[in-house]
Amino acid sequence: MSIDLEQFHETFFEESFEGLDIMESGLLELEQGDVDLENINTIFRSAHSIKGGSGTFGFTAVAEFTHDMETLLDQMRNGERQVTEAVVETLLGSVDVLRNMLNAIRDGSDIDVSSVAEVTVAIKAILGEESAGTGSTETQVAAIPAKGWQVNFKPYIDIMKTGNDTVRLLRELNSLAESAEVTINNDSLPLLSELDPEDCHQSWSINLIGNDISEDDIREVFAWVDDECELIIESLAQDDSSVGSEHSDNDCRETEPNKRKTDKRSNKPVESSSIRVNISKVDELINMVGELVITQSMLSRFGEGEEFNASTIEKLKDGLAQLEGHTRELQESVMRIRMMPISFAFQRFPRLVHDLSTTFDKKIELVMTGESTELDKTVLEKIGDPLVHLVRNSLDHGIESPQVRIESGKSETGVIELSAFHQGGNIVIQIKDDGAGLNKDRIITKAKEKGLVTKEEHLSDDQIYDLIFRPGFSTADVVSDVSGRGVGMDVVRRNIRELGGAVEVKSTAGEGSVFTIRLPLTLAILDGQLVGIGNETYILPVISIIESLQVKTENINAVAGNSEVYRLRDEYIPIVRLYQIFGIKPISTELESGLLVVVEAEGKKIAIYVDDLLGQQQVVIKSLETNFKKIEGLSGATILGDGTVALIIDIAGLIELYQKDMANVVPIKGGGLAA
Amino acid sequence: MARILAVDDSASMRQMVTFTLKGAGYQVTEAADGQEALTKAKSQQFDLIITDVNMPVMDGITFIKNLRGEANYKFTPMLMLTTESAGDKKAQGKAAGATGWIVKPFNPDQLLNTVKKVLG
Amino acid sequence: MSETAEEIAQHESNKEFKELLTFFLAGEEYGVDILRVQEIKGWDSVTNIPNTPEYIRGVINIRGSIVPIIDMRLRFNLEKKEYDATTVVIVLNVVNDGKTDRTMGVVVDAVSDVYNVPIDDVKASPDFGTAVDTEFVTGLATIEEKMIIVLDIDHMLNAAELAVIDKIAE
Repeated sequence: MSIDLEQFHETFFEESFEGLDIMESGLLELEQGDVDLENINTIFRSAHSIKGGSGTFGFTAVAEFTHDMETLLDQMRNGERQVTEAVVETLLGSVDVLRNMLNAIRDGSDIDVSSVAEVTVAIKAILGEESAGTGSTETQVAAIPAKGWQVNFKPYIDIMKTGNDTVRLLRELNSLAESAEVTINNDSLPLLSELDPEDCHQSWSINLIGNDISEDDIREVFAWVDDECELIIESLAQDDSSVGSEHSDNDCRETEPNKRKTDKRSNKPVESSSIRVNISKVDELINMVGELVITQSMLSRFGEGEEFNASTIEKLKDGLAQLEGHTRELQESVMRIRMMPISFAFQRFPRLVHDLSTTFDKKIELVMTGESTELDKTVLEKIGDPLVHLVRNSLDHGIESPQVRIESGKSETGVIELSAFHQGGNIVIQIKDDGAGLNKDRIITKAKEKGLVTKEEHLSDDQIYDLIFRPGFSTADVVSDVSGRGVGMDVVRRNIRELGGAVEVKSTAGEGSVFTIRLPLTLAILDGQLVGIGNETYILPVISIIESLQVKTENINAVAGNSEVYRLRDEYIPIVRLYQIFGIKPISTELESGLLVVVEAEGKKIAIYVDDLLGQQQVVIKSLETNFKKIEGLSGATILGDGTVALIIDIAGLIELYQKDMANVVPIKGGGLAA
Repeated sequence: MARILAVDDSASMRQMVTFTLKGAGYQVTEAADGQEALTKAKSQQFDLIITDVNMPVMDGITFIKNLRGEANYKFTPMLMLTTESAGDKKAQGKAAGATGWIVKPFNPDQLLNTVKKVLG
Repeated sequence: MSETAEEIAQHESNKEFKELLTFFLAGEEYGVDILRVQEIKGWDSVTNIPNTPEYIRGVINIRGSIVPIIDMRLRFNLEKKEYDATTVVIVLNVVNDGKTDRTMGVVVDAVSDVYNVPIDDVKASPDFGTAVDTEFVTGLATIEEKMIIVLDIDHMLNAAELAVIDKIAE
């Protein structure tokens, strides 16, 4: 019978990655000087588990590699080895290697043998240093099977108290041979009245007849009890020779102190398709579904030919209201299941900051708050990379070197604050540094160079800072390996937008910068404001709406021919005639007959002209890309209560469309822009 | 059929052991550490204990020592799962009352053979 | 669909067959693999999608999925026709080149019939200028003295979608 072990692989990978995370944070604590025995034990156990599991499931390379790590950790927990920075660094490096190995195996790609070898050498060097370098000893005893054996087995009195059963041992012994003669020796048996049945007083002499029984086979039967009995094995035939050989492996090689490369860890986002859920959340769900079933059966009575009169209609309305309540609660409950604390995304940062501050020779302190703030699992997995990029950016370009900081009267150590909190229906993540801030002049110069900005344009500070999110933008003089290749920030913004979120930056020269990311709590559902444009219904995300207002003619101003702005209190907001951009026939082209809805995305505001405001409702976001394609300006579609499809507007995308149109004056189907 | 208690802090190992043994018709209960195992063993009688050594809260050897002291587990076979090829863990285990050990890594067949031998 | 004695004989002689759903479009009869047809609906209102070519009428909701609807006459620059009682939407499963399948609907004048056509009878089409680009035509079949233009849906509907990108620039 062979059992397919592959079904357990995924669990093994998941728990191993978790174990590696535990090892890593434990090792980082050790490095801070926190030499806690419990900590070392935890690190040891994680390594031990991975070694055991990988061996069991056939991942020999991993098992071998982990074995050395485990030996080192074992020495540390037994007090045989001092916990030095060098040792911890090497172990941290081995965690990286292990991660990469496991990822490679999981994806079916090749293991980076050279990095494995490199770290193995380093570990073995450490092991070889202080211990006597015994390495592995191999003793081979080749026993030539004789015609048979005589086995004298005298168990000690307490043998049964370890759960061992002499009958079982004899049975096993018997199975080795073709035939056996057993002589029992009862000489030591006391009188029945004095006999304690839990003691073993008997011994046996067994002649095992067979041609292919080796002495090792026999010893193996007694392997568990060889300290609980007397065992004498003699061959029945004449010849007997044993050959033994011993090997010992001494590997003490010189290696230089391991300067860990910061990019050791392959940053592949591991998207697992399972989720750990608190039992209480599941119980909540079960309760809710129970309520739903009750409500449903109550309502179904109305479908069974009950007459409709005033009182039944009231009951029907009540039932429907209950249904709405339960459905909403159920929905919230289910969404909560997909929510996980952002600590999962944050936890890689202590290590990252630690490594990067070594690479850049800067002193950095990382402060994290709000790690328990929850967000949707998918959003969580996808926000990791953009966050890493922003933190690297702060580290590389934001925080100054210790000398520069001291010269400007700051403390030597720069501080990066990573925080998360809920606001409205969103989760807000902020990356704040107390570095040099963004350099306006460099940005404008670069932008002009790249043609992103015309020479005459006058931009506000915020608009200047926003330029860094344009494609191809980078003001780094030297493209460092980590960031500054100019492909970063626009990808960050795009990735965040794809999650339905937005990112903006605020900065003060000399004092630092703050990057703010806003993300919806869930990808699937949206609070929508229905608006009417012509005969069509569109949906605006409520979260982006600042206010809606009726148009006062005197506040409308024309600018440079084809664009209009609206004066709202003390600012001028561009008016976007959505019907033009989307080529829809509106009910009226007079702004005064309709309404303006002021919306905001990524720090920019526009006022969208609509014919009508229709209700607000929660809306399930359906993708247009499943069967069709992504349309600029739209973030998806939804199905309204009457079964028709309504399109959901992507505010940031719409703003871009509007800006492009203003630049190009492109005629579109259904109508043109007033040139 | 016999009732087996399988103790290991690694979920994948527990899964594999449970799957293997259940497939052979045994009834299997799992525990993730020695303390949990002790509680379960006291509330229900098992015919065989298979336990890992290195676990949080209570390790395998302490667990075996505690369970061996229970009257109804005086003679129950208790096997340790160990990767330590060094002799001292085995000796410690025996001293605590373990019946024997199974060396990791093992494949399902090896596990089944050993269990069959012990349970008869 | 009724089977003639001939067709029954053909079945028994073990040739390979293709089952086609045929429809009318501007006086011509076209056929599509019946295995690709998910359903046939009457024409109902559609939600228009901005900034898309005219032949993409919009999207509809089919049991929770957002399905784009393409007007075949507009797609191939045929005369526009008012939708009437026979106008139908044929909802098709389109295989998308290694990616996941898509569902799309096409508006046609009327549905004709379902035929069992021996694969050998679908002949390569000469370049005789049908309304539909010949690159979307698998071949021509003769059924009951009629000529059926057999369409390669995957190619046609995936290409249709691609054409959108070019048109925006015009």
